[in-house]
Amino acid sequence: MDFLTNHLLTLILFTPLLGAVVLWFLPDDKKTQRWAGFLFSLVPLALTLWLWARFDFARAAEFQFQERAVWYGPINASYHLGVDGVALTMVLLTTFLTPLALLASFSVQDRVKVYYMLFLFLETGMLGVFLSLDLMLFFVFWEIGLVPMFFLIFLWGSPKGERHVWPGLTVPSRVYAAFKFMIYTMAGSLGLLLAIQMLGVVTGTFDLPTVIERWNQASGTILGFEASTLKAMAFWAFAIAFALKVPVWPFHTWLPDAHTEAPTAGSMILAGVLLKLGAFGFLRFVLPLYPEQAKQYAAALAFMGMMAIIFGAFAAWGQEDFKRLVAYSSVNHMGFVVLAIAAAAWAAGTEHANIALNGAVLQMFNHGLTAAGMFFLVGAIYERAHTRELKKFGGLFGHIPVYAGMLVFTSMASLGLPGLNSFVSEFLIVRGAWPVFQLFTALSMIGLLITGAYILKGIKDVLFGPLTELADHLTDLTLREVLVMVPLMALMLILGVWPMWLLEVINRAVGG
Amino acid sequence: MNLPLLSLIIFLPIVAGTVMLLWPNASRDAIRRLALVTATITFALSAWLYVAYDFVAGGYQFVEKYPWLPELGISYHVGVDGLSAPLILLTGVVIFTGTLVSWNIDRPREFFGLLYILATGVFGVFAALDLFTLFFMYEVAVFPMYLLIVIWGWEKTREYAGMKLTLYLLVGSVLALVGGLAMVFAARDNLGYLTFDLLELEKAGLSVGFQKFWFPIVFFGFAVLGGIFPVHNWSPDGHVAAPTAVSMFHAGVLMKLGAFAALRVGVMLMPEGAKFHLPWIILLTLVNVVYGAFIASVQQDFKYVIGFSSVSHMGLVIMGIATLNHDGLLGSGVQMFSHGVMTALFFAVVGMVYDRTHTRHIPSLGGMMKKLPWAGVAFIIAGLTSMGMPGFSGFIAEFPIFMGVWRYEPWIAIVAAISIVVTASYVLRVAHKVFFGPLPEEFKDIPDINVFDRVALVTLVFFLVGIGVFPHMMVPWIESGVNYVLTILGGA
Repeated sequence: MDFLTNHLLTLILFTPLLGAVVLWFLPDDKKTQRWAGFLFSLVPLALTLWLWARFDFARAAEFQFQERAVWYGPINASYHLGVDGVALTMVLLTTFLTPLALLASFSVQDRVKVYYMLFLFLETGMLGVFLSLDLMLFFVFWEIGLVPMFFLIFLWGSPKGERHVWPGLTVPSRVYAAFKFMIYTMAGSLGLLLAIQMLGVVTGTFDLPTVIERWNQASGTILGFEASTLKAMAFWAFAIAFALKVPVWPFHTWLPDAHTEAPTAGSMILAGVLLKLGAFGFLRFVLPLYPEQAKQYAAALAFMGMMAIIFGAFAAWGQEDFKRLVAYSSVNHMGFVVLAIAAAAWAAGTEHANIALNGAVLQMFNHGLTAAGMFFLVGAIYERAHTRELKKFGGLFGHIPVYAGMLVFTSMASLGLPGLNSFVSEFLIVRGAWPVFQLFTALSMIGLLITGAYILKGIKDVLFGPLTELADHLTDLTLREVLVMVPLMALMLILGVWPMWLLEVINRAVGG
Repeated sequence: MNLPLLSLIIFLPIVAGTVMLLWPNASRDAIRRLALVTATITFALSAWLYVAYDFVAGGYQFVEKYPWLPELGISYHVGVDGLSAPLILLTGVVIFTGTLVSWNIDRPREFFGLLYILATGVFGVFAALDLFTLFFMYEVAVFPMYLLIVIWGWEKTREYAGMKLTLYLLVGSVLALVGGLAMVFAARDNLGYLTFDLLELEKAGLSVGFQKFWFPIVFFGFAVLGGIFPVHNWSPDGHVAAPTAVSMFHAGVLMKLGAFAALRVGVMLMPEGAKFHLPWIILLTLVNVVYGAFIASVQQDFKYVIGFSSVSHMGLVIMGIATLNHDGLLGSGVQMFSHGVMTALFFAVVGMVYDRTHTRHIPSLGGMMKKLPWAGVAFIIAGLTSMGMPGFSGFIAEFPIFMGVWRYEPWIAIVAAISIVVTASYVLRVAHKVFFGPLPEEFKDIPDINVFDRVALVTLVFFLVGIGVFPHMMVPWIESGVNYVLTILGGA
């Protein structure tokens, strides 16, 4: 038992990878692979619940369950893991969504084994980002997660569609999306990589607590630069890498393509967890490492967040493709997270910052639930109709009532209806950001208004109006599909009426 | 332990090679079996040597010294330190896997015979602690290369490429030889006796003026083989023209020979000269890194892509050496091994595809994943390694190189980092074109790779992933070697 407790994080981190290895040796039979993959993904969830039970909530701001081992001795990078309240929330989100995504993937027919292996591998990559307390180790997981996601889009992306890249080069849309995702994110990470190396050179270690301490004391001339110049450069290197992942305007253009082309479960995880990696990066690295620069450039970040909220909403409103609509809604919702982080950076230490951060982390969790739900519902209807064009649907409310009910419920959660989850977090964000960035927050309300418009547009086009000829192909959700949605909807409702169980952890973590 | 392990590793291949060449009426199978046995034993011995090297104690181990021409101060003096032990292992890995993938080569007698003579030369250079031994082995390594390319190479360019390669390398080695002799004679004035022993030459106290003049000559002489810009030109042509196993040897091991000798003879014997000249040499390597990556990204020939990517990656090796600091040298050491294995894997896969399709024109290929899944996965792993993806050995190597460059001059690190994205883009493009997409009609019936090929691929992948996940597999060795270099640099 002691072994289990002392290595709980390692176990959570590597059981998915172990699962991937086991799948490789199992017979290449679709049913076996699906069930084995799904059951394996329940193990990290169980371990996370156990972690939750043993976590000391009174000390949620501190890193608990720390593990440390020598990894790359000569340059002082170590295998150092730990969770605080924020990381715990994100780990829970990841281990909760992955089994649902795998359950949703039972409809995948092509190369099932490799698909499930990549998915489990992806889970390890995501968890590593949340758990790492060493900058080099963090970067390892940050980058390695790109590989399975690339292949999920590249190989299992939507079979239709072509993209004209430049004269003489036309490629399938999924190939275009996969390359764009990979190259964008790698290019974005380049500055992050360089900045991490620089931090290692300046502080002589990659251990996060030590780096934060030494780096904040660094002054004078470092590596031939003024300390303030170097810090500003490093700040932007980090900020751009994370902003690209969130993604925040103007770095968001990879997202609609990647989301639209990814297989359903891929979109669920992409929107549900991968986008959170960027926001988490701001919280874990940018704010502690660059408090002054974050404050100095907070207005720029807030502006970018506001633009993401407004343009994300308008762009979603203008879409004719159901999946693209949901994709842009992610830009819109994640904009709030960035707005909150900017407000917290500006007003660091005040009550407003505290409220904004609470809202940010809760919004990350909430958006994970609603986005995963929305993408699943879009995927479910696409599988049946083989089209995502809103104009081709209509009148389905009475035709497939279970689906319709769930779509309305999830859409309302996404819209921010009081009583459901997003309302709480968006309210907290607006409450926290209002005294700090009044104008930006006020303008963001335009975005909130348009959010209502595009969500209702989606519902109206799909569920109401006259039935189209497509209706003949459309059957209601199967039991398996209902089982994917029920846990998501349950949490949306619980967090809407009683958010305190989660907010308390977050509050202690960000307030401490 | 009285077993002369190191000499055994050095001479086993040439003995086996000679036996093959002289064995009358040997059947094709007999030759191939002998080759496989030799390669396996050599690999096992080099792995043994690697594991047995005590990196805590550091310094030169497995040292053997016998007088050769005592009047001239020449001896057969060999030994390994933390930098050369991994390279001995690398050579063992490449000879083993190169033999496996050449199982169906034409005229195996001459092919394996020459290849193993070359292997002896390579082992000899890595182990040499005597300047004469080093030059001798260097030539043993370069000469068979010409024959191997011209006889078994690609019909269209083999004569041109073989000639080009040999001339470049000969000019380089003549320069280095002249510089080496100059050092020996200059050292005689200080020491009072003639010696070619590297350990004694290190202590000879060559004057700063001498070092400033001769360092670039010696360094460049060897760095030609390391593929430094602007004398990198022979290498992509040579890679492309050579048969698979020779490309693996060539890019995997021979280019390291150049970088290693440039470090061993150039930097370690003339540290003051190195400090004086390396600031501009590092700019050349920056060109290697960035320009090599861009050139690789516009190639239409599968093998040229890999050839130019080697130019780019070897630039990083020399760049790390040129920083002359702990991190840079550490990264270079790891990169030499990592790039050796990675590029051997690349060329092995290219060879497997070419043998079956008889084309390397990227747009004509496609869908190979369906036909050659092992090769496809291996290519993707090598590709991820080459783009510096964490979890693979390339990341473990390049990360400290960049840190070393940061310490040295931040702007160079920032510019060099561009190559990472460029590399990612061309690796993904090639993987996409060759291994995915529709399978052309004419390749519907190509056979999958055999079990020998699979063993070779798995062996190579093992090292890439192993070091990537557990850097401890290799880093302590390299670090003990780097510390020795740093004492020389500090003490000079």
